[in-house]
Amino acid sequence: METKNIMIVGVGGQGTLLTSRILGGITRAAGYDVKLSEVHGMAQRGGSVVTFVRYGEKVFEPIVEEGQADVLIAFERLEALRYAHFMKKDGVIIVNDQRIDPMPVVIGDAEYPEGILENLSKKYKVLKIDALSEARKLGNTKAFNTIVLGLAAKHMDFSKEDWLNVIENTVPPKTVELNKQAFLVGYNM
Amino acid sequence: MANQKIMLGNEAIARGAWEAGVKVSSAYPGTPSTEISENVVKYDEIYAEWSPNEKVAMEVAIGASMAGVRSLVSMKHVGVNVASDPLYTVSYIGVNGGLVMIAADDPGLYSSQNEQDSRAVARAAKVPVIEPSDSNEAKEFVKFAYDLSERYDTPVMVRTTTRLAHSQGLVNLCDRSEIADKPYEKNIRKNVMMPGMAKARHLHVEDREIRMADDAETFPINRVEMNDTKIGVITSGIPYQYVKEVLPNASVLKLGLVNPLPKKMIKDFAAKVEKLYIVEELDPIIEEQVKAMGIACTGKEIFTVQGEYSANMLRKAILGIDLGLEAAAQVPNRPPILCPGCPHRSTFYVLKKLGLHAAGDIGCYTLGAVAPLGVVDTTVCMGSSISTLHGMEKAKGSDYVKNWVAVIGDSTFMHTGVNSLMNMVYNQATGTVLILDNSTTGMTGHQDHAGTGKTLKGDIVNAIDVVKLCQAIGVPNVQVVNTFDVPALEKAIKEETAKSELSVIVVKAPCALLNKKKVTVQYVSNPDKCKKCGMCMKPGCPAITKNADGTVSINDTMCNGCSLCAQLCKFGAIEKVEV
Repeated sequence: METKNIMIVGVGGQGTLLTSRILGGITRAAGYDVKLSEVHGMAQRGGSVVTFVRYGEKVFEPIVEEGQADVLIAFERLEALRYAHFMKKDGVIIVNDQRIDPMPVVIGDAEYPEGILENLSKKYKVLKIDALSEARKLGNTKAFNTIVLGLAAKHMDFSKEDWLNVIENTVPPKTVELNKQAFLVGYNM
Repeated sequence: MANQKIMLGNEAIARGAWEAGVKVSSAYPGTPSTEISENVVKYDEIYAEWSPNEKVAMEVAIGASMAGVRSLVSMKHVGVNVASDPLYTVSYIGVNGGLVMIAADDPGLYSSQNEQDSRAVARAAKVPVIEPSDSNEAKEFVKFAYDLSERYDTPVMVRTTTRLAHSQGLVNLCDRSEIADKPYEKNIRKNVMMPGMAKARHLHVEDREIRMADDAETFPINRVEMNDTKIGVITSGIPYQYVKEVLPNASVLKLGLVNPLPKKMIKDFAAKVEKLYIVEELDPIIEEQVKAMGIACTGKEIFTVQGEYSANMLRKAILGIDLGLEAAAQVPNRPPILCPGCPHRSTFYVLKKLGLHAAGDIGCYTLGAVAPLGVVDTTVCMGSSISTLHGMEKAKGSDYVKNWVAVIGDSTFMHTGVNSLMNMVYNQATGTVLILDNSTTGMTGHQDHAGTGKTLKGDIVNAIDVVKLCQAIGVPNVQVVNTFDVPALEKAIKEETAKSELSVIVVKAPCALLNKKKVTVQYVSNPDKCKKCGMCMKPGCPAITKNADGTVSINDTMCNGCSLCAQLCKFGAIEKVEV
């Protein structure tokens, strides 16, 4: 099998690291070689963050490069646009339909782009989800990223049971049920 | 497979130290090295500590080695500079129990103030350097480093980079080797470095370099992968992975030991390939030595000395392939920012209002340099805020620095700031120093330090009292202010900067990310009272956005009730709510 390339992008603090850990766990459970690459440190303070996950028979480099991503999981619209050029032509973008203004927009130095999803949809397969609203229904907005992951999971080759097992083994014990529910919200969309 | 685990590079380094029988570990937090200690601490067999700075950490590890146990010291690349004083001399002394230092470089400057190459420091200190390429190698190479350290009587540097430190890969787990403590024997010819002894030990160092270079020809961590001979590549570390992606059929000499180099191995390899490339991030450390051997090769003529490498970069540079990649969309940047509820925002708002300049330091508060706060004028290295302010005063006089303050975090103050403050006392400075005390080492992810009252192992200890410390060294004016009491903070800063005496203001409020409890108070904007003046937007809180009609909204998933915006609103339009 050719190495699969997944990217998780978002704003520092949105929880990209937990999502990547679940992804690492599921690829491992399926017996693949896997590498993940993360951003720690200053960029986590509200900056643009990206995590790479690669799995296959044998993985060398830990990063996904321009033109190579099979799946892009974006926790924020602008970040989906920022990394769209990493996509393969037939890749799929899963976007949490949320807007978080970066500082240049907050202070009026730049405009937040309009019509991001419409424009991306012209070139790529784009699936959007208002995960924050869905998470509110579950009573915890922090669960939004697992909802997004649930939607993305449908575009990967692992069974629902395996996902739920890995979630159980990866997230903090107190949040297992919440995360499982959140995953299923996205998965059943 | 049962004995395999996905591990971060730093987690694998910790595992390697444990498997190697390490008993003492010391470090000061610094991206990308911090998670090493955070994982070492999970092993009960290892004593692990946060030291106040890298020099101290290095000396702790040296002491443990002298006493006869295997010790580990970890730091980021700029920490190597702080630790370089003991490093250069422990190179002469050598070891009793094995001594390994982890130097974590940051090509691409993800979270650093420079892009230096620690291999150059190790070469200057004549210390061997080992460079792993993935998590499993990180673990195995650390174990090999301990063997090398004891076999050649030398400290060993294991050099990582951000990409290795913060990537995860599969690691084969092994058992811990229980290494018996070496007996301590008094030996002043080895352990007391005064001129007569050091002269003799220098001979040992030079002899060691030659012996190790000879033996390196057969070290298993140096490996030739002979393949098609049209292209040959000498590489090490993470760049090896990019080479394998781009040139699966090329011949590769993968160096695990990058100092000293196995010269015969390099000559033999070079003779067998038609075109030789040297692929290494940052400085041409390997390349210049290969060229000095009279071997024709290509390196920095086509590869950059800046930033991280990638497979696409090598495809272009070596194969000349036009990848026809789509251009990145032109979008607004998203630089890192102070978190919602960050106490630094309040401090910087007041400094900006008063029109003061700030000599800055290393920490989240360096972000006070950029818009909309734009208060921090300078940042050099850990502890430098206080000493640069002092230098300004000595250059321009006491009145000049009435318009300035130094800002330094509590952890950075403990690191090296305190030395600079002692200098201000001693040399009769009159400036004002703000210690931004958020009760943690924030930017690296909340590590304890001597002022927090808790150790890396979780023991509750006496916290060093910053106020008493400043008073004890003779600072005449020391005040403590709650960071979120904006009027009090403004008053204190006005008072102290006006004085022709040295002042310290301890500005105190915990880091917004420290409180993991549920937020109980938040603020909402009342559009009926809002006069659209924009005052609340001035400190640049990411939770506040301007609506199309000019009023503002406060994001309830971000606000943690710090109250700064409400204090700034003169119309009472920002209202407190219990949640």
